[in-house]
Amino acid sequence: MEDVTSAAAAEGAAASAAPELAVRFQNVKYTYDEEGGAFAVNGVTLDIRAGEFVAVLGRNGSGKSTLAKLVNALLRPTEGKVTVFGMDTSDPKKAFDIRKSAGMVFQNPDNQTVASVVEDDVAFGPENIGVPRKEIGERIAYALDAVGMSEFRHATPSRLSGGQKQRIAIAGVLAILPKIMILDESTAMLDPKGRREVMNVVKKLNREQGMTVILITHFMEEALEAERAVVMHRGEVVMDGTPEEIFARADELETYNLALPRAAYICKQLQRAGMPVADAFNAEELAEAICASLQKG
Amino acid sequence: MLNDVTFGQYYPAKSFVHNMDPRAKLLFVIAYIVAIFLANNFFGLILVTLCLIFFILLARVPFGRVLRSIKMILFLIVFTAILNLLFYAGGEGDIVLAKWWIITISWQSIINTVFLAMRLLLLVLGTALLTLTTTPVALTDGIESLLKPLKYIKFPVHELALIMSIALRFIPSLMEETNRIVSAQKARGANFETGGLIRRAKAMIPVLIPLLVSAFRRAEDLGDAMDARCYSGAKGRTKYKKLTFTWRDLLGLLFFVALITGVVLLNTYLLGRFDIIWQVQEWFGA
Repeated sequence: MEDVTSAAAAEGAAASAAPELAVRFQNVKYTYDEEGGAFAVNGVTLDIRAGEFVAVLGRNGSGKSTLAKLVNALLRPTEGKVTVFGMDTSDPKKAFDIRKSAGMVFQNPDNQTVASVVEDDVAFGPENIGVPRKEIGERIAYALDAVGMSEFRHATPSRLSGGQKQRIAIAGVLAILPKIMILDESTAMLDPKGRREVMNVVKKLNREQGMTVILITHFMEEALEAERAVVMHRGEVVMDGTPEEIFARADELETYNLALPRAAYICKQLQRAGMPVADAFNAEELAEAICASLQKG
Repeated sequence: MLNDVTFGQYYPAKSFVHNMDPRAKLLFVIAYIVAIFLANNFFGLILVTLCLIFFILLARVPFGRVLRSIKMILFLIVFTAILNLLFYAGGEGDIVLAKWWIITISWQSIINTVFLAMRLLLLVLGTALLTLTTTPVALTDGIESLLKPLKYIKFPVHELALIMSIALRFIPSLMEETNRIVSAQKARGANFETGGLIRRAKAMIPVLIPLLVSAFRRAEDLGDAMDARCYSGAKGRTKYKKLTFTWRDLLGLLFFVALITGVVLLNTYLLGRFDIIWQVQEWFGA
């Protein structure tokens, strides 16, 4: 008990200088195959500060989902160490507290709902951590409001759209009041409208509540919403920087089988064809850049 | 076709019945089933039917919605009805209408068939009304609460209740999945509609295997999602929904005591199941 408090105190002291560290990976390796198979995560060292919005990009099998599961102790590292707010994920006694501070939303909205009524499902997390009844009601109200689903409190999840279901899943995690929200390809199964709904909620949580967001995705457009993008390839972190920095290195991205966001790709093609447009990553920027270059010409 | 199954499908509405305590409702349904099987003549069954209609009206669930639940077991009802009709072990004094080999059709067997079919129908409709007006969570909470005494003999009451509620919750998802797989197999030329029973059963194998595989994958996903939301068994867990017995539940309990008493009285003082035959004969002087 004592070392926890002293570690927290040390962290508090450090926080005054730099932002608090939310997640730290120290040379982490993980293999699903006990008998020395390939590493799904192979020597990752990564620091994520509290309040940061990090997008983790990579192809299928790049290890990004494994990385996500390592954060909230669903998986324990084969080698190395993962700490969440100073708590070591390989300590089974800490798993409960780690999961309280790092909530996770999964890919398939249908497979993470436990109840047949929205409010009962949102209540599941708080019930598990022993929140008193009255407070659970308040937390449900808060969580549903945060994802803009208050009017669906008594609805049946199976009748909702994919985007709505996924927002309910986010609310279910929010009700535990975590400091970190991990989204493991949570938009992959949604239509464009549902994707936008979920992204708006996530952005809002990050900006207004300072929630640390780890967004695992293979949609490059979504990475543009983040402050920081991490590219994974064969279990290793191969690129790390602002999304703009990452997308400026288009050729390197291509070697990891990742494509540029649509607008950035068009921009690149225009530049290659000899049109003097400035670097642009989304549709608005591209439109402005094209206008500017046309006016100059 | 598979989406029509109403079992485990909550019909959201605000009503007296919806607001009743699930424990009270469970006890009522048990009493209701007892009443169905206690009833020895048609008057008793008619009383039970009237009571069911009353509760459907009270619950503000459309009749069509309740009736849809029969579809699932219509085959069973028809099947047992035919068996009953043909193989009713008659007693003495049966009025035989047709007889062939071991098959005998008598007035008694017809009446018995109608009687048993009615029993089955009432049974299904009553329990359907329970699941339509009670969320599976409330239902399992009710079962958990009623089974609570078993905790003292180390029976995993909470776990069992959770397993049941999750099973109920996944029924629509798995139905949807089944429809999707059936469509996919049809698109590739599978034929589910023609051929004999065995052939059709064989045609279901390419549906069942992917369904099973997907169910296991879902189970794994759900396990992860529950872990991630700090699930660690019944220990240290609170409950958001508290069950409280109110005047409604008391009223309902009284109602059902009345129902059972009514059925017993009707059994004792009115005509027996087959006496109606003699009565009709008397009226028409046959």
